[in-house]
Amino acid sequence: MASLAEPSPSAEALDAFRIEARDWIAAHFPPALKGVDMSRSALEGPSDKSADKEAWRIAMGEKGWGTPTWPQRYGGGGLSDAEARVLQQELARAGASNPIGGMGVMMFGPTLLEFGSEEQKMEHIPRICRAEVRWCQGYSEPNAGSDLANLQCFAEDKGDHYIVNGQKTWTSGGQWADKCFALVRTDKSKKQGGISFLLIDMDAPGVEVKPIKMISGLSPFCETFFTNVAVPKTNRVGDEGQGWTIGKRLLQHERTNISGGRMGGGVSLSELAKACVGTDAEGRITDGELRARIAKLEMDGRAFAATAMRVAQEGGVSVASSILKINGTKLMQERSELLIDILGMQGLGWEGEGFTNEQIEAVRVWLFGKATTIYGGSTEIQTNIVAKRILGMPDMG
Amino acid sequence: MAKLSEEQEMLRDMAQNWVRGESPVGAWRKQRDADTVAGYDSAVYGEMAAMGWTGITVAEAHGGSDFGWMSLGLVVEECAKTLTASPLVACAIAARAIALGGTDEQKAKYLPAIASGELVATIAVDEGPRHDPATITSKVADGKINGTKAFVAEGDSAGLFVVAATDGLYLVEDGAGVTKSRRQMVDHRSHAEVRFDGAAADKLTGGGDGLLDRVLDHARILTAAEMLGMSQQAFDQTLEYLKQRVQFDRILASFQALQHRMADLFGDIELTRSAVEAGLGALDSMGDNGDLGQIAAIAKARANDSLHRMSREMVQLHGGIGMTDEFDAGFYLKRARPLEAAWGNSSFLRDRFARLGGY
Repeated sequence: MASLAEPSPSAEALDAFRIEARDWIAAHFPPALKGVDMSRSALEGPSDKSADKEAWRIAMGEKGWGTPTWPQRYGGGGLSDAEARVLQQELARAGASNPIGGMGVMMFGPTLLEFGSEEQKMEHIPRICRAEVRWCQGYSEPNAGSDLANLQCFAEDKGDHYIVNGQKTWTSGGQWADKCFALVRTDKSKKQGGISFLLIDMDAPGVEVKPIKMISGLSPFCETFFTNVAVPKTNRVGDEGQGWTIGKRLLQHERTNISGGRMGGGVSLSELAKACVGTDAEGRITDGELRARIAKLEMDGRAFAATAMRVAQEGGVSVASSILKINGTKLMQERSELLIDILGMQGLGWEGEGFTNEQIEAVRVWLFGKATTIYGGSTEIQTNIVAKRILGMPDMG
Repeated sequence: MAKLSEEQEMLRDMAQNWVRGESPVGAWRKQRDADTVAGYDSAVYGEMAAMGWTGITVAEAHGGSDFGWMSLGLVVEECAKTLTASPLVACAIAARAIALGGTDEQKAKYLPAIASGELVATIAVDEGPRHDPATITSKVADGKINGTKAFVAEGDSAGLFVVAATDGLYLVEDGAGVTKSRRQMVDHRSHAEVRFDGAAADKLTGGGDGLLDRVLDHARILTAAEMLGMSQQAFDQTLEYLKQRVQFDRILASFQALQHRMADLFGDIELTRSAVEAGLGALDSMGDNGDLGQIAAIAKARANDSLHRMSREMVQLHGGIGMTDEFDAGFYLKRARPLEAAWGNSSFLRDRFARLGGY
């Protein structure tokens, strides 16, 4: 992550960069992919490997622009924040989606850049920048949800390696992932202080993955079982017992990502409501209460976007990520509820005839979106973090 | 809880025992997985009929027990707790339309069959995805009806439709000129599109100009009773979970933030219970129903808002497990929204309440 401390490029330099980015995109972006969202392909992997998508992924990966602000030395773009914004604008202008993503980019990469050894960075970061390796997260366990530090998955010291035994749950994309960053217990005598951060190959002997069917009908999460899985000690990030500190930092990246992304996208609720509900002579949505709810959501959405930008300018990922996560997920859920409310019964299709793909997708998104206030540290946990770490309110005695 | 008669208490206990023993949520899960067009198990509806539930609001002269809406509400609430799928609500409303607007011949022809559970009947009102009885275009000429009704509850299995047309309500039997198209919805219940192409239509001539509104008010109140049962169950189950789930070495129920949230939800559902019971009571005291429109709007709007909130809180407070298909919370969330949309969402009902109040 670039910091505010680095010198900002001049306006002329930015203009020059804009031309460079525009030319490069024109030369490398396959026109057939215009408007195609590739943000999920990095997580889900091999389902769709059309030649165009492969070509675009390889081009962006080699250029390092999928991870624009990461250091060039590890395969990133080495761009300043200002340049990255220009690149983002130019990609949007071309209708191009960033094909480099997933948990490696959003969570693990930034954390490894901060805490990993030079060898670990050289090994893993370039492959994340080229979207060659898919990462999944091994954090939660059946009895370690909100109380994550209660995790029991145990890594026994065997000299140059660990033997890992235990169960993880809510492993996002576990069935598609090549590698897992996991929090494991290396010391049973200390709660937080007994946790270490391990990198585990998903195809190692003893790793078993079972998808969990969600209320949306999809299975983006898995249960992951580790039975006598050997993990070399060189796969530990940080010191033994430092896992909680590293893991928490990663969660801040996760929260910032969960809260962000999808707010601006999608159909215009007001346009949809005009079409579905109707308007009066002055063009106002006839259902006054609905109109007010849409207006409130849009106004809060703008205030949220301004807050996200302010947090970024004030120094990137921090405890403020909790405020972003609480509010971002709340707004996303409210948007989903409003969307199906506007559509009425037409917005409640599950499958089959009588519904468009977009309508069915909206239902699945509505249902799946209920997870956003639970995963990545629930809203309740984020609220605790705000109360304790930002406001300094003490625990009950 | 309203003061119940001894007979009503017996009925409620019977419903509670039957639901717990014969129709737990697991039964709904099987029905959901079976994915049938009707959306319910006719053998189960047969059992309900054998217990007399299908005739609770039908006059004794027509084979019912005339036991009243409060009584039916008790049964509907209990069934809703485990999401027991059946056309009980739809049939009671359709039967009411016939009782209010039908001739003696029409009543004699259909009410005994509905009361015995042999005939599934339903009202077909809305023509679009949002409840709006002011925009009906279905038209009857020379005893033939033309028009398309959207998202008709239990429409897939219905043998008789009470259809709202531009000039009143008509009885239309399933058969020639009636085309049903299944709509697979998030709650896995029946909400069919029903097209009428010159089907024979027999008018309900009684009941006056306000017949449709009165029928809809019945639908709103009985649907609110169903939603109340779901809210109550979602609440009870969540409370139980909070009392046993341990995190941070203590039960979740010991966290004050969660205590306050549950206390608030409890009060919210209690207010809704009062509103629903007031509605059921108003249906029973008939005769003077000048205020029925507002009473029904209060019951359904409150039920909408309470269930909306509770169905979300049930998932949230169960955490990850609440998001899994293996757990029951999703069923309540998925059934809640079609019921919220039926017969008026909250903004529709608040607008109706205000209009009836003269503002």
